[in-house]
Amino acid sequence: MLNAKIPAGPLNTKWEDYKGHCKLVNPANKRNLEIIVIGTGLAGASAAASLGELGYKVKAFCFQDSPRRAHSIAAQGGINAAKNYQNDGDSVYRLFYDTVKGGDYRSREANVHRLAEVSGNIIDQCVAQGVPFAREYGGLLSNRSFGGTQVQRTFYAAGQTGQQLLLGAYSALERQVALGNVTQYSRHEMLDIVKIDGKARGIIARNLITGQLERHFGHAVLICSGGYGNVFFLSTNAMGSNVTAAWKATQTGAYFANPCFTQIHPTCIPVSGDHQSKLTLMSESLRNDGRIWVPKKKDDNRKSSDIPEDERDYYLERRYPAFGNLVPRDVASRAAKERCDAGYGVGTSKQAVYLDFAAAIERYGSIEANKRQMHGVSKEEIIKLGKEVVAEKYGNLFDMYAKITGENPYETPMRIYPAVHYTMGGLWVDYELQTTVPGLYSLGEANFSDHGANRLGASALMQGLADGYFVLPYTIGNYLADEIRVKAIPTDHPAFAEAESKVRDNIAKLMSIKGTKSVDFFHKKLGKIMWDKCGMARNEQGLKEAIEEIKVLRGEFYKDVRIPGDENEFNPELEKAGRVADFLELGELMCIDALNRRESCGGHFREESQTEEGEAKRDDENFSYVAAWEYKGPSDYVLHKEPLVFEEVKPTQRSYK
Amino acid sequence: MEHYNMNLTLKVWRQKNKNAQGNFETLQAKNISSEMSFLEMFDVVNEELINEGKEPVAFDHDCREGICGMCSMHINGRAHGPWDGTTTCQLHMRAFKDGDTITVEPWRAGAFPVLKDLTVDRTAFDRIIEAGGYVSVNTGNAQDANNIPIEKHKADLAFAAAACIGCGACVAACKNSSAMLFVSAKVSQLALLPQGQPEKRTRALNMVAQMDKEGFGSCTNTGACEAECPKEISLTNIARLNREFINAGFTSEK
Ligand SMILES: Cc1cc2nc3c(=O)[nH]c(=O)nc-3n(C[C@H](O)[C@H](O)[C@H](O)COP(=O)(O)OP(=O)(O)OC[C@H]3O[C@@H](n4cnc5c(N)ncnc54)[C@H](O)[C@@H]3O)c2cc1C
Ligand code: SF4
Ligand code: FES
Repeated sequence: MLNAKIPAGPLNTKWEDYKGHCKLVNPANKRNLEIIVIGTGLAGASAAASLGELGYKVKAFCFQDSPRRAHSIAAQGGINAAKNYQNDGDSVYRLFYDTVKGGDYRSREANVHRLAEVSGNIIDQCVAQGVPFAREYGGLLSNRSFGGTQVQRTFYAAGQTGQQLLLGAYSALERQVALGNVTQYSRHEMLDIVKIDGKARGIIARNLITGQLERHFGHAVLICSGGYGNVFFLSTNAMGSNVTAAWKATQTGAYFANPCFTQIHPTCIPVSGDHQSKLTLMSESLRNDGRIWVPKKKDDNRKSSDIPEDERDYYLERRYPAFGNLVPRDVASRAAKERCDAGYGVGTSKQAVYLDFAAAIERYGSIEANKRQMHGVSKEEIIKLGKEVVAEKYGNLFDMYAKITGENPYETPMRIYPAVHYTMGGLWVDYELQTTVPGLYSLGEANFSDHGANRLGASALMQGLADGYFVLPYTIGNYLADEIRVKAIPTDHPAFAEAESKVRDNIAKLMSIKGTKSVDFFHKKLGKIMWDKCGMARNEQGLKEAIEEIKVLRGEFYKDVRIPGDENEFNPELEKAGRVADFLELGELMCIDALNRRESCGGHFREESQTEEGEAKRDDENFSYVAAWEYKGPSDYVLHKEPLVFEEVKPTQRSYK
Repeated sequence: MEHYNMNLTLKVWRQKNKNAQGNFETLQAKNISSEMSFLEMFDVVNEELINEGKEPVAFDHDCREGICGMCSMHINGRAHGPWDGTTTCQLHMRAFKDGDTITVEPWRAGAFPVLKDLTVDRTAFDRIIEAGGYVSVNTGNAQDANNIPIEKHKADLAFAAAACIGCGACVAACKNSSAMLFVSAKVSQLALLPQGQPEKRTRALNMVAQMDKEGFGSCTNTGACEAECPKEISLTNIARLNREFINAGFTSEK
């Protein structure tokens, strides 16, 4: 039975109580304790910096050429916090409630409440670091709305919020590097975890420039390696995002939780051809002002501007009047798929819907004209003013859209379609963020986290920074307090040698295949299986087929992949091959998990389980649990359940009508 | 937008590793769609090379959204290629036509040694940030965020400076290989904000000292950096850095 170690007592005092009673490590002992941090995204950089400040000896790893390039940099829209600066009824409880409900009642109450409690501190910390959030004319911070909420609690820096938050955490990290508390290992990829007497005690990493394998000791290891959305090949994630670090943890005994919970984001630029290497998100913040529609007539080939107002179907506003265009992502994505499958899609591929700013441009234009006390202004002038306002809010997103599609979104509505974006599943962790392997922790998107079956917009940045700045620095002390007598273990210990030779053999095996097809060939094939059969809608037959197809594909991969160059040099194809090898195992587990969960919840839509109106139908009686999978070997997994207990929030069928 | 396909000739810099001699290699890029990004064009070329049993061209990239700062190609003599305000990954093949020859090189600068083909080592930028590109505030030290009101205009300027993605195009574009635009962007961001005031003197001095130590050249105000910067970081930041630096020199008590 999995023990999540949730502190006793009322929900709103659990974290205070925990902090008041957890064990501490004194400063002199901290200097002798070493911590390895895998990943320098928001979760890893904030953790490494904070642990360095506390006096621990930290080693931080990332595979890019600099910690500042972690995928977090690409987050656009914003970060939530229960500050209630807008006086619109927000509170810690409401953020907690929205997140549990948004996650379709598949997350742990205690974790989510803690997240909401520390959310305000994150904004304070970031502002203190000099993060330039958007501000109002009075000099105070500005907010906007995101999906699944009715308050304005999202802080942002134009469409570059992730960049600004990460550069804040990165600068704190670099300061610790300068002070000698953190050693940075860029262009290094962690390829295995070293376990000694059942505890995580270090890693094997490959220096990506020289190809050399290195051994690193740590009293504890933190996996902050991000999400695994790239298992689908096409996603909004950065090209290098992968599951390898988390998967190696799984292979060493950490359980992997809810792998099938993936988030398909409703507003992305549609696929334009076979050459496509990734998909680009158009931030959810656009749904603040953009209206989503398709023609009322099937197979309508008219230009958008030729379709009159009363022949447009604003289907989100029609189906969900209370939340309108701001329904949660899973709901918006399915609604888009439903319209396109029914034959109402737009564009050449018919796999797209419109996101239209014409109304917002006019509305903002009139407001602006009023503000400037202009009278009798022409429509053109209003539109010009409106475009300026929209450009200030979303300029960089509009530019990006124009560069990619060659179309001007100020003039014609954007075409958008859902795409894989985020993974709620990940390494199972307890309340202290510890995996099932003692001394092995996981933070950020890499853990199965606080988002249940669906993450609300602007909550991933919040969670990553909460974990790294304000949660782990406390909870890790509770473990390390008992480790102060453990001296750094020399890396000639047999466990290190064994782990290194395992990694070496793995690489040699991949290099020796010398087949005929590129790594991408297999990755694309896997992606197609996953998208078709474990994507926006899933059913028993499809999942069973997918499991068999992935097994066959894995066999072909190990027979026929071709990796040029050799292992003792900079070799991006070899890096990719290792990652795809792990995706080929993870993909199968995702399907196994999706098959096991015979209910629909959040982003997991089982066609067999829907209401008459086509909404997701949960089955609380049978599936109100976290599915944590233990790895026994390829295709061999054991399910462990963590029952979810709701003391504060009553699970109901979610309604955004 | 009309789509078209094209055949191109690429002259690409190939270099086995840091110590090897490099040279240009001519490669053919066939059947390239105008809808592809520049890096997707390279994906196609690399796939072909792999199928022919040859080594693909190594290049840095990650987000492919113009924000991580990883991509770094010098294309037909321009850092990040022909489009203004655009990273290599956001450059699309619409910018080229059938039959074009495209020359692709890595960033050229002594402080950015080539690691392989089009990949260079930019860790010097990390070390410049280490020298002072931060506000010294430990986790937990902060006051309520709205206790520090900031004039919107200044906040906007700070944000514009903070938009730097650390790609290094400014260095590659500069005949002196100066890193002034990069350094000035960070110094400006923090100098414009109240949070940056306590360390403003040491920051400017230390970051500039580190820049010199890394072997970046000096700034002679040619403006080439601003012209090639994908985030359109303004030259006025360099002017601000110079002011900060001079003031710091006058008032430094060390
Ligand atoms: C386009 C886009 C926009 C988004 N916008 C928002 C938004 O507006 N608001 C929001 O809340 N969320 C948003 N998200 C989600 C959010 O950005 C991510 O969930 C979050 O940033 C993940 O942070 P992280 O620290 O967990 O991981 P990442 O930032 O992905 O960092 C992973 C780190 O791990 C390292 N790493 C991985 N594997 C290894 C290995 N084997 N060895 C060594 N290092 C390794 C990498 O180098 C990297 O440093 C967005 C996501 C995308 C794709
Ligand atoms: S100033 Fe511009 S060119 Fe230079 S590193 Fe920053 S973004 Fe790149
Ligand atoms: S790949 Fe990230 S900026 Fe180009």
